[in-house]
Amino acid sequence: MRKYWSFFKMRLMAGLQYRAAALAGMSTQFVWGAMEILLYRAFWLEHPERFPMGMEALSSYIWLQQAFLTLFALWNWEHDILEAVKTGSVAYELLRPGDLYSMWMARSAANRLARASLRMVPVIAVSALIPAPWGLRLRISPAAFGVFLASAALMVLVVCAYSLLVYALTFYLTDPNGIMVVSVAAADLLGGAVVPLPFLPEGLRRFAELTPFASMQNVPLRLFSGDIPLSQAPAALGLQVFWAAALILAGYLLTRNGLRRAVILGG
Amino acid sequence: MKLYFKFLSIHFRSAMTYRASFFLSCLGQLLITTNVFLSVVFLMDRFASVGGYTLPQLALCFSVILAATSLAECFARGFDAFSRILSQAQFDRLMVRPRSLVFQVLCQDMRPTMLARLLQAAVMLAWAVRSGAVAWTPAKALVLALMILCGAAVFFGMFLIGAALCFFTLESLEVINIFTDGPREYGKYPFGVYGKPVLMVLTFLAPLALVQHWPLQYLFDRGPAWYGVLPVVSLVFLIPCGLLWRLGVRHYRSTGS
Repeated sequence: MRKYWSFFKMRLMAGLQYRAAALAGMSTQFVWGAMEILLYRAFWLEHPERFPMGMEALSSYIWLQQAFLTLFALWNWEHDILEAVKTGSVAYELLRPGDLYSMWMARSAANRLARASLRMVPVIAVSALIPAPWGLRLRISPAAFGVFLASAALMVLVVCAYSLLVYALTFYLTDPNGIMVVSVAAADLLGGAVVPLPFLPEGLRRFAELTPFASMQNVPLRLFSGDIPLSQAPAALGLQVFWAAALILAGYLLTRNGLRRAVILGG
Repeated sequence: MKLYFKFLSIHFRSAMTYRASFFLSCLGQLLITTNVFLSVVFLMDRFASVGGYTLPQLALCFSVILAATSLAECFARGFDAFSRILSQAQFDRLMVRPRSLVFQVLCQDMRPTMLARLLQAAVMLAWAVRSGAVAWTPAKALVLALMILCGAAVFFGMFLIGAALCFFTLESLEVINIFTDGPREYGKYPFGVYGKPVLMVLTFLAPLALVQHWPLQYLFDRGPAWYGVLPVVSLVFLIPCGLLWRLGVRHYRSTGS
């Protein structure tokens, strides 16, 4: 376990080097968040009675979404891993003392955390200063915050496990691009990026909430904003645990089997 | 002009060489923009209207913006990805050739996959027209065409600014995305929906509302006829863009060979 932990720390430090790029990216994050809130504001002012969640909760949801974007966005693929599998340089990684799947997991989680930690602090700090109901509401009970942290950790696991499943499939396919585009689109739609899940039509929302994509950004963001009350948290977290376990198992088996059949050419 | 078509055919043929990957990226583009439109559909399903607009009217609005950005991104890709041309020192080569620089950068790169989006825009437009978003007259059809063409020109101006800034920063600035990628996403609603400050910025500073919000008022019979002429006025925006580009070129220093 210790070697994966130090590998994780190494990756985290490498990721924290690109500070200027993160700062430049943040300005767009503010505009994106503000435009999104202005849009929902128009709907809210016209039809407040048909709003499925409170405006304050929605604003918190949107700002946190901008703050953590690089943490959960599925399009944040590890292109190095994909290349390694495609070109066969994955052979070098096999020489390392450690399990390939766990190493990939440590690496994806570290890169995501590094990218997000640079962006999230300014976004959270500024959006918390915006007056209610348009800003990020930071008042949250310690218990709820603890549940949020647990759910966020599970989210990172689910996102990484899903990406690893796609990398593992690369052993079997020549071109993983098809799965990648479809996954990203499905995750946007069913995970609450296109519109937050409460805004979906009833039938679709029920279906979406069961998919692994809803175990990504949807659960922690809605927990933090108070849209999912604490009483319903165990069910939501339970589903996250289930998806994390299922995806890790599937990815692990596929990787092991893929490595067994893989033939690496050249010498 | 003949030269331009020659380049056009080269880029299209090279894209078609890898046919499977060409269609895959078309599919990827389509899924992204379809998701954007689905967000409109879901919200309209729940709220029925916003700012007095109905779903077919919003579909018309989004198809105009989508068509304009797709045209610009397809044909002005060279400026969109200009930092690459600069960092690979291809710009020196362009400067010694006896053709205008803008023309040559346009020829450097094109993105045929954007045609998939153009197709989606056409489908949405056809649906909007059939659902009676607008009471048509010949003048209104003309205004619609102007909106798309002038919209593409304004986006081209945005790319030009982004490229000109590259002369000073060498890196491409993500900030310019606010005015290139942003409107493709947020142009799904007439900009007036976002409130007056946003509308004013997009009217006088980055004149995207002139090709979208204002002429739409005329198309939907919510404003006077002279709003229909505003897309042509937006072309004035290209003058400062061009000046900035020339300033950038003068500032350019080759890294040598």
